[in-house]
Amino acid sequence: MELVSQHAKGIMEECKKRARDQGLKFDDETLEYIVTNKDMIELSPKVMIPTLYDYWVHDVQTISGKGVYELYPNNPYETVINTRPAISFYNDNNPDWLNVMIFYHVLGHIDFFQNNLFFKNTWDFDLTGKALSDKRVIARYRAEKGRWVDYVIEFARGIDNLVNYHREINNMLTFPENKKFTQVDCYFDIFLQKEKKITTNNYLKEIERYNKCKKENKKAFEAIFFEDVFIKHPEFTEFYKTKKKEARESNNEHLDVIQYIIKHSLFLKEDENKWMKSIIEIVRQTSNYFQPQIRTKIMNEGWASFWHETLFMKDERINGHEVSFAKVNAVVTAMPKLGLNPYALGLRLFSHILSMEDRGCFDLEYFMLKDEHEKKHFNKLKGTGLDYIFSVRENLCDFSFINRYIDQEFVNEHKLFVSGQRLNKARMTREYYIKSRNAQDYRQMVIDTLYHPPVISVNHEKSKQGLLYLVHKFEEKPLKKDFIENTMMGIEFLWGGPIKLETHEVAKQATSDKSYVNFWDPNYQTPESSEKEKFEWKKILYVIENRKFHKQEI
Amino acid sequence: MVTLDELLQRDRKREDDGFKRKIRIGKIVKPSKRGKERIIIVPTTVEEKFIHDKPVPESEGGQGDSTGGTGEGQEGEVIGEEPLRPSEEEGEGEGGEGPGQGEGGEHELESNAYELGKSLSEDFDLPNLSNKGKKRVLSRYIYDLTDKNRGVGQVLDKKATLKQVVQTNRCLGNIPDVSDIDPTSFIISPRDLVYRILSREKDFESQAIVFFVRDYSGSMGGKTTQVVVSQHVMLYSWLLYQYEKQVETRFILHDTEAREVEDFYKYYSYKVAGGTKVVSGYKMVNDIVEKENLARDYNIFIFHGTDGDDWDTDGKEAIEELKKMLGYASRVGISIVEHTYSKSRQTEVELYLKKSEILSKQKNYIKMDVLSESSDDSRIIQGIKKLIS
Repeated sequence: MELVSQHAKGIMEECKKRARDQGLKFDDETLEYIVTNKDMIELSPKVMIPTLYDYWVHDVQTISGKGVYELYPNNPYETVINTRPAISFYNDNNPDWLNVMIFYHVLGHIDFFQNNLFFKNTWDFDLTGKALSDKRVIARYRAEKGRWVDYVIEFARGIDNLVNYHREINNMLTFPENKKFTQVDCYFDIFLQKEKKITTNNYLKEIERYNKCKKENKKAFEAIFFEDVFIKHPEFTEFYKTKKKEARESNNEHLDVIQYIIKHSLFLKEDENKWMKSIIEIVRQTSNYFQPQIRTKIMNEGWASFWHETLFMKDERINGHEVSFAKVNAVVTAMPKLGLNPYALGLRLFSHILSMEDRGCFDLEYFMLKDEHEKKHFNKLKGTGLDYIFSVRENLCDFSFINRYIDQEFVNEHKLFVSGQRLNKARMTREYYIKSRNAQDYRQMVIDTLYHPPVISVNHEKSKQGLLYLVHKFEEKPLKKDFIENTMMGIEFLWGGPIKLETHEVAKQATSDKSYVNFWDPNYQTPESSEKEKFEWKKILYVIENRKFHKQEI
Repeated sequence: MVTLDELLQRDRKREDDGFKRKIRIGKIVKPSKRGKERIIIVPTTVEEKFIHDKPVPESEGGQGDSTGGTGEGQEGEVIGEEPLRPSEEEGEGEGGEGPGQGEGGEHELESNAYELGKSLSEDFDLPNLSNKGKKRVLSRYIYDLTDKNRGVGQVLDKKATLKQVVQTNRCLGNIPDVSDIDPTSFIISPRDLVYRILSREKDFESQAIVFFVRDYSGSMGGKTTQVVVSQHVMLYSWLLYQYEKQVETRFILHDTEAREVEDFYKYYSYKVAGGTKVVSGYKMVNDIVEKENLARDYNIFIFHGTDGDDWDTDGKEAIEELKKMLGYASRVGISIVEHTYSKSRQTEVELYLKKSEILSKQKNYIKMDVLSESSDDSRIIQGIKKLIS
């Protein structure tokens, strides 16, 4: 692994200048490394972070990655990681023109990492440095505790998809919810309004008294203010205590499963097990770091592809290489005849949004139009598309991007469809057919491919006497059965007591009304099962205690 | 870098700590159009987590997943189809038994199996042969117009040359308007001329010959056959690597009578309903070796896979043929794949082999491996170690 040549770095700097002119924003410093394919295979299990901690699963993946490479040699053009400075990896043998294109692509990614708000939790530190110190912590424990370190990593990783990322990012972007619950807040927000239900007039008077008190007595004004309160409402002290306790407990509900275990596990509180906490925390933080990346794949790749195309087409360095560029670009960004290329989809969708906004199609006026012809030729010549997609890249994630912008116009323009498979018994073949050209169906199909871990949280009420009670929120999706036992065993290890998990599984597939075969009509075919299959669900409780696993219906 | 063996060793330790093992040995198979495939052995592991599953498991051939697509066509229109099962080209016996991914002829198998053999030798510490290549090696050269060279050569590649010329001129700014190109003003550099040139390729003759003998009687249904065939594929791959691809194969199937088939595909897919006489297979091997005088030029390996069933329960004739075989063979390996329903009862073949003491007397030349039909890949590989040790 070595830095790119000065010549290539020169090309990169030139690309930065032109990308900035078009409105992309990123830090000045970037690092570019040349890596071999072997390096790439070794890096990819570590999510491309060279300094990530060692773990045997990564080794297994590296060995099998080498096997895959022998069968399917592939050569990724670039990989960028979200660090400070941003690091990108390249192959050794690219010609200059290709590097220009790749660098534009990389700058698109960097711009995305550094401006999309879902990445806010990654902006204040450099992951390579943090990962390195984590790696050292783990290596030190490994020297001391041997393979038990790996068990702790394994069990913590078993629940690292249950991190409450959205809550964390919400706290960062808005205001912290878990700020201190003060006496003043309690008195004015809850006690006076909800408990005493005093009139607005009296409420304002009380506020006035508070402000006056603050002005007159610089120090300890609160104590002076509350002296009167206690005389007037002696029950307030008790009220505040209970409310404060409630607030603390509701805070517990906001903890994700890992945090809850770290905070409340009796096993981890024991002196000889305390070291495990730091490892679990490392796993949790690493997972949180990559959450935005998993949730913005379509946008991120789409954005980078959009900019490498836009910028390179304008660049005079493309001269003589148009055909080669077209070839490379087509391979990366073609829409497959059957299947889904999320990157190509992202690119198309950004271009679509740009032209829709340029024409003013997101305005009410367009929305109100009924006439297809008028709709097609609608153009307010707004020309604000570029600003618009910049704000899309700042504020959206894959879900909102897909859900908001895949419209019928988009589906029609690119002749998209949802495909289905069915059995043709007569020909003994599996047929692929066009199931729907409806934008709503297409959108749903894409959304179903997005990362969506189950929502599982701790029920603090029921977690008593050493028991940890987990609840899986019902979303008409069962958990993968094969994985439940081992995952729960891992949690049991970390928790040091029995675990219960409440979830749903399919009781039976509701049978649709029996349709009789129509013998009169030779063309009659048995109707396919209706589009939306209906299921009956039952509540299930999985229990693990002393590594004995069983399930029961509730 | 951690090796596979170290990983597996550590995985075994998990059981001491009261956890299940996590590493499994898997195969990556790369299918290709002509039914030829490449196989590579790799470790796999799954990081188990709570994840969503589909409400109902997919039924074979039923309604599959929806995905995207692009192109012309009405809703409901069929855009493509694929057969549920690969077509069986020759309908002999009762049809196929194998995993359904057609293995190609022996020469195609060869190129893939070499890699597999390499990874088996390297990753699983399969021993290397001690006296490989003791027989003579013949080699010859063939010539082919495959390599390309710029500047000089035998045959001008016109298309490639023209591409180069256009590219050069475009870079020089010599094509101001792409819609109106004047080829007469092209500047042609000597470097733009692309030629095809003759290249010399070495071709070796084989050094080793492997006989694969398989019981294909009625009792060999399902898993037993799969285990035997997997083991034989890996054995073949290992030999291929050891002899640097200079290996020839012969495939023999037997029930009460033996027959030779020409390729691996037929070898694993045929099945009859007949009874079993092991001796028929051994006899055929001996006949072939004698008739073609193979013992003089080749190292000979014989591997036999069976479920241990034999109508000839005391195996008199079979032992006779085996003794003859051991006169010339470098190694005879017999794998007995036991049916789960046979419990721990020893099979006929196992019994009479042990009784004859041939295994202990000739232990450098004959090996036996008894495994169950539910064996996974790591057990099969262990068996190979036993057979070739």
